[in-house]
Amino acid sequence: MITMTLLILMTLAAVWAVMSRSLLKGTIGLAITSAAITVIIFQLGAPLAAVFELSVCTGLITAIFVSAISMTKPMTHKEIQEASKNRMKRYWYLPVIMAVTAIALIASKIQISLPAPQRPAELDVRNILWNLRQVDLYGQIVLMLVGAFGVVILFKEKKGK
Amino acid sequence: MSTDIWRSFSTYGFFIIMLFIAGTFCILKTRSLMRALIGLELLMKAVTLLLIVAGYVTGNVAFAQVLVITLIIIEVVVIAIMAGVILSAYRHTGSLDVRDLRDLKG
Repeated sequence: MITMTLLILMTLAAVWAVMSRSLLKGTIGLAITSAAITVIIFQLGAPLAAVFELSVCTGLITAIFVSAISMTKPMTHKEIQEASKNRMKRYWYLPVIMAVTAIALIASKIQISLPAPQRPAELDVRNILWNLRQVDLYGQIVLMLVGAFGVVILFKEKKGK
Repeated sequence: MSTDIWRSFSTYGFFIIMLFIAGTFCILKTRSLMRALIGLELLMKAVTLLLIVAGYVTGNVAFAQVLVITLIIIEVVVIAIMAGVILSAYRHTGSLDVRDLRDLKG
């Protein structure tokens, strides 16, 4: 019951993130989606991934979005009115598409008849992370450096300015 | 037990498809660069959930967790770089509208 509520909350927040007029509200919708996914992931027995999702996706990425939005100029009242008029025209059929797809999926009654696989002996996350997928860690270190240098280069001021 | 697992997989799959639709629609329809980034984020969230659910169904949650951690690192780097690119484009054009970037071509 809780899981179903979370899944519905996640979907509604995602729709709100797409359809809301304000970018900040959209970011809040995204953060709610992320928070709901965190709890779902935790319930599925993946606490480490849930912690990462909560701290990085719900926290850090929301902070990046809010700072990026705050660096841009807000729309004037006239622009807001114009944008909201056009916005409804362009976005009204997202809920329709989702509803049609939902009805089609429910009506088709897809039965996954594949036999459930044998559950292998559960390996320890630390063991997989540090031994089996060690190369991934090197890749992640390189990625983080790429991200840091990329942001530094993008925000570099020209000499003399 | 196995039937229950597959049933729960189809339930999660249903909502993952909804998330995919919302993200794809956002990327296709929006004119704001920042909103396109929100759409990309939604797609990544759907992939994250799909990986964990697949790991849960196949009994490899630990392996799925490691993949999700890698995905999250990639996600945050992509978002940081893209936010920087969008802000640079904003400084250049004075707008977040994707149509204004046509001036940059050629």
